[in-house]
Amino acid sequence: MPPAEPRIEPHVAPGVEPPLALLAELTHRCPLRCPYCSNPLKLERASDELTEAEWRRVLGEAAALGVLQVHFSGGEPMARRDLVALIGEAAGRGLYSNLITSGALGGERELQAFAEAGLKHVQLSFQDVAAADNDRIAGLSGAHARKSAFAQAVRAVGLPLTLNIVVHRQNLGGVDQMIEMALALGARRLEIAHVQYYAWALTNRAAFLPTRAQLDTATRTVEAARERLKGVLAIDYVVPDYHGVRPKSCMNGWGRRFLNISPAGKVLPCHAAETLPGLSFPSVRDASLADIWYRSEAFNRFRGTDWMAEPCRNCERRTIDWGGCRCQAFLLTGDAARADPVCALSPDHGVVETALREAEQPVEAFIYRQYG
Amino acid sequence: MAPSRDRLVVSASTVLQLAPHVVFRFDDTRQRWIMMAPERLMLPDEQAVEILQLVDGKAGVSAIVDTLAARYTQAPRELIAKDVTAMLQDLLDKGCLASGPSDAAG
Repeated sequence: MPPAEPRIEPHVAPGVEPPLALLAELTHRCPLRCPYCSNPLKLERASDELTEAEWRRVLGEAAALGVLQVHFSGGEPMARRDLVALIGEAAGRGLYSNLITSGALGGERELQAFAEAGLKHVQLSFQDVAAADNDRIAGLSGAHARKSAFAQAVRAVGLPLTLNIVVHRQNLGGVDQMIEMALALGARRLEIAHVQYYAWALTNRAAFLPTRAQLDTATRTVEAARERLKGVLAIDYVVPDYHGVRPKSCMNGWGRRFLNISPAGKVLPCHAAETLPGLSFPSVRDASLADIWYRSEAFNRFRGTDWMAEPCRNCERRTIDWGGCRCQAFLLTGDAARADPVCALSPDHGVVETALREAEQPVEAFIYRQYG
Repeated sequence: MAPSRDRLVVSASTVLQLAPHVVFRFDDTRQRWIMMAPERLMLPDEQAVEILQLVDGKAGVSAIVDTLAARYTQAPRELIAKDVTAMLQDLLDKGCLASGPSDAAG
């Protein structure tokens, strides 16, 4: 002890490790209709959703497998009446639980019960700063007012609050006001996340992909605010990968850290994985979570680096970005085993360059997501 | 209820505790200490664990440094103080720590 200064960083080791986090998508039901919704085009029906008893069992299996954090999400997870029971189950298993919500259903009474059941954190979405713009994107009138009241209720019951705002060419100019709104609502964290182009968002890509100039202005604003608000407001800023040179380390690698359970119980390496053809995803109704994590064909298909072709196979970054995103590779090239075309080294990179050229032409119209 | 807009700067007299909703515990699966905060999972190394175990809402930073200096007599106290302060400031900035109940600055 000392010489080397103490370090805190993510742990990286070879081999298949137990998962760190579970995204529990309790339902696809949602009162919002955001045109960049990242849920599958084909949503699962309420009658197919896992029951409370099934979720309780799954949470127990997850904790036993080594999962540390559970994110209750959807759809809108507060559409499930058993949410408070599931939060309690998670807490009883030692899981750190986070609620990812639109804030459009419920308020202080529910939040008080969640806090008492052991909830640790709330991540609340906004679609924009001004009410009219927010409600237009959300496809729900009055949404902004409900969200603002919900944020106050989160703080009133003493839970830490993160705001999440999805940004795109139609609202990217308002980053400064987003930061002010986060401060005014008592958030300690703000996530400014660019639309990612899957599902509905891919359909509407031309309406959302920002220009390079817009992006650079927003990035400068965020960097200045981070410095100014250090220790007061943490700002997570996810840049659109289309504008990058190297792909994102999607999910920190397929089947390495993370698993996702759909409302009907399908276990996925990421929540968009069902877009990939030729893979069947096991259900918690048919197998144990441990069996699925370690032994299923789906979780092993793109795990590690053995599946990679060039230019990934011998790339020095192959265990940094893990070949990028499999879903994006499939959506843009038709082959999930190719390099993510966002990478400038990909032979398919031209499709991304074409989309970026199109982004210089303004398009405003988009198609709303519909449930069912 | 809004958090302060002022950043707390760690000094020798600062008293700190874990922020509410931060969990610091031993994980049986991985056989190591972990720290969980909203949207964050941290895996502190042995030295960081030792420091965090002394963050109890009562001991000031200088007392924590004294304890460590007594344990590791071969390391200069100033070096320990510098490392401890930097680590605590970083965790405070990340929202993982809060000023302790007996700290006047809180």
